[in-house]
Amino acid sequence: MAGRPTSPRPLSPHLSIWKWQVHAIVSILHRITGNAMALGAVVLFLWWLIAAATGPDAYAVFMAVASGWFGKLIAFGLTWVFFQHLCSGIRHLVMDTGQGFDLATSRSMAMATLVASTLLTILTWTVIAMTKGL
Amino acid sequence: MGAGTELGRVRGLGSAKDGVHHWWLQRVTAVANIVLVLWFVFSLVRLPGLDYTSVTLWLRQPVAAVPMLLLIVSVFWHFRLGVQVFIEDYVHGPARIIAMLALGFYTLAGAAAAVFAVFKIALGAAA
Repeated sequence: MAGRPTSPRPLSPHLSIWKWQVHAIVSILHRITGNAMALGAVVLFLWWLIAAATGPDAYAVFMAVASGWFGKLIAFGLTWVFFQHLCSGIRHLVMDTGQGFDLATSRSMAMATLVASTLLTILTWTVIAMTKGL
Repeated sequence: MGAGTELGRVRGLGSAKDGVHHWWLQRVTAVANIVLVLWFVFSLVRLPGLDYTSVTLWLRQPVAAVPMLLLIVSVFWHFRLGVQVFIEDYVHGPARIIAMLALGFYTLAGAAAAVFAVFKIALGAAA
C-alpha cells in the first residue's frame, strides 16, 4: 500500500506459540487424513479396481500384498483415517450451519470425532475378524 | 501492475468470484461421499471374501456398478477440490502451477481408469 508508514506493527503469533488443543489437532488431522486418502488410498483403490478388471493373475498380485501383514496394517490404518475424516467432515458440515461455535461445544465435538473414529475402526475390524477371521 | 495509479495497482487482485462455487461443490460431494463411501465399506465387509470371483461377481450387478460409478465421480471431485486448497496454502510460485496441473492430470486420469475398469467388469464377458 502506497504511503503506509512501516512502523513495527504487532504481528499475529504463529503456530509455534499456541498451546495445542483438541480443536487444532482435529482441524489439522482433517487436512492430513484427506490428503493421505487422495494421494494414498486412491492409488490403492485404483490398483484394486484395475487389477479386478484386468484378470485373476493381476488380482492375485494385489491380494498377495493386501493380505500380508503390511497390507493389513495399511488397511487398518486407512480405516481409521477414513472414519476420522468422515466424523470431522460431519463436524464441519454442522459448523457450516452456524452451530457449535461456543468453546465447550466446539471442544466436545472435536473430541467426539476422535472417539467415534476409533470406535468405528475397532467395530469394523471386529466384524471382519468375527465373520472372516484376520 | 506497474507504478501506476493506486487504482491500477489493486485492479485484478480481488476475488476471482468462484470461491463460493468451490466451497459449495465441496459440501455437495462431501454429503454424497458420506452415503457412497459408507455403502462401499459396508459392501466390502459383507462380501463373502475379497477374492477375485467375489469382487467381480459383485461388481457385475447394476446395484453395485452404478453406485460405484457415482462414488468415483463424487470422491475424485471432492479430493480434487480439497487437494487444491492444500496446494494453495503450502505451494508457492511456479511450483504451484506445476502442482495444480499434476493434480488435474492425476484426478482425471485416475477417474477415467476407474470408470473404465467398472465398465469392463460390469459389461465384459463373464470370466
